[in-house]
Amino acid sequence: MAPPKNRRLGFSRRAHFGLFIGYVIAVGGALIAVLLLIVSIADPRGFSALRGAALDVTAPIGSAGRSVVGFFSGIGDGISNYFRAGSQNAELRGELEAARRELIRRQALEHENRRLLATLGLARATGDEVTVARIVGSTHDSPRRLATLSAGSAAGVAPGQPVRSADGLIGRVLETGRWASRVMLVTDGASNVPVRLVRDGTPALAVGRGDGTIELRTLEVGQNPFRRGDVLVTSGVGGLFPPNIPVALVTASEGDTAIARPIADPARMDFAIVQRIFQPAAAGPLELAPPQPPAPPVPGPPAAAATPHPGQQNNPRYQPALQQPQPGMIGRPGAAGPPR
Amino acid sequence: MSRIAGSSAEIAIGELRRRWVPSLSTGAAVLLGAIMPLVATAPLLPNLGFLMLITWRLVRPEIWPAQVALGFGLAADIVSGAPLGQSMLLWTLVFLGFDSLDSWLGVRDYWLDWGAAAAAILFHGLGVWYIALLMGSDTLLWIMVPQLVLSILAYPVAARLVLALDRWRLAR
Repeated sequence: MAPPKNRRLGFSRRAHFGLFIGYVIAVGGALIAVLLLIVSIADPRGFSALRGAALDVTAPIGSAGRSVVGFFSGIGDGISNYFRAGSQNAELRGELEAARRELIRRQALEHENRRLLATLGLARATGDEVTVARIVGSTHDSPRRLATLSAGSAAGVAPGQPVRSADGLIGRVLETGRWASRVMLVTDGASNVPVRLVRDGTPALAVGRGDGTIELRTLEVGQNPFRRGDVLVTSGVGGLFPPNIPVALVTASEGDTAIARPIADPARMDFAIVQRIFQPAAAGPLELAPPQPPAPPVPGPPAAAATPHPGQQNNPRYQPALQQPQPGMIGRPGAAGPPR
Repeated sequence: MSRIAGSSAEIAIGELRRRWVPSLSTGAAVLLGAIMPLVATAPLLPNLGFLMLITWRLVRPEIWPAQVALGFGLAADIVSGAPLGQSMLLWTLVFLGFDSLDSWLGVRDYWLDWGAAAAAILFHGLGVWYIALLMGSDTLLWIMVPQLVLSILAYPVAARLVLALDRWRLAR
């Protein structure tokens, strides 16, 4: 098809001017878009109010249709299960035996753990669950792996909180609307989860690869500690994710790294649990740490308790009262403490 | 439907249809892409809004000036959770590219349309991937390949859909 005649504007000065203005608007708009993009990249939470409102509007429609998708994606599983029933049965029997042994070992460990915690006088923090919500959709046409969750700030969800299912870690909250929020899955390329190997406690970093798998980077140089079938759980390092949530299952090991798949598959689960940030101080920027109250004026030394050396009195950093513990000492060890 | 409009109301309805069907169908595709109740583990489906937009642009070059891509891009960025400005920039650049292609070639047929759409889809995919990289998403480029291939193969389907809509739009 030839381009239509009316795009050739002839000699009309007005038509040419209109076309020119159109291009000026388009190019100017593209430049504005570049600026917006730079702002978005520099401050990913920048337009959170606008984006949260859009999230609220679009999420409920998704939640209505999700059950249909679950039905359709379940059909394929049902058929393949039917054909593999025999081998699957033997496989499951073996797995059950292994699981039973593991369960007994776990019960013993759990008992020991409880006893040790009691000995130490520690109580495990309970009630770390913010809310339970449905996963109603995800990006499917972009390299990011972000899912939409049907609970927002009205339910107490806040950016940074870990999201898990009964199986394992799903990701963490990226931005929230009032009734919906967006979750960065562990398979997203920007997701870094500190993990450790269940078998021997080797620390590693689980980095998403964007295609539904996770790359495991060990923090040690040398041999590759990962074997096929290894399970990794969160280590609690970094303070964002609580420890001991299952994250990934190693499927292949290559070179210094290993490829794993997430244990919690968000495409198959209906409900996700939003948890509190493991150590809230870890989520905030460093400057926002609560300022320590200024130390009360340090009382002078008891008259005869400590007579400073004459040379020390000339030293402006010398504070005689700090030689014994005072209430004001706890506040600022770096600024007022003895020089190290 | 009778071929002669019976009343001024019918004429007004026909006029509305002629004017708004392309925009509304593209807006519906953008919205559908954002709210589809589907959890994907890898980028696979075409970007429906973008596909619909370039198909309308290639099938009916005269209905839209380049700057409408800005508005659609802004709407798409807001509803789909992409970084604000991403679709605005990429879609407008694609439209400007189409305009320059029109004035350079002067003639197009179906295969050239498909080629132009393929080039636009590749450019868009690369741009989206690169912006994600700037946002800290450290992924390999090849994870985009299935989606790009599927999008290019989806162009003929989109073209048929748009042509059907176009026939209905201009029917009297």
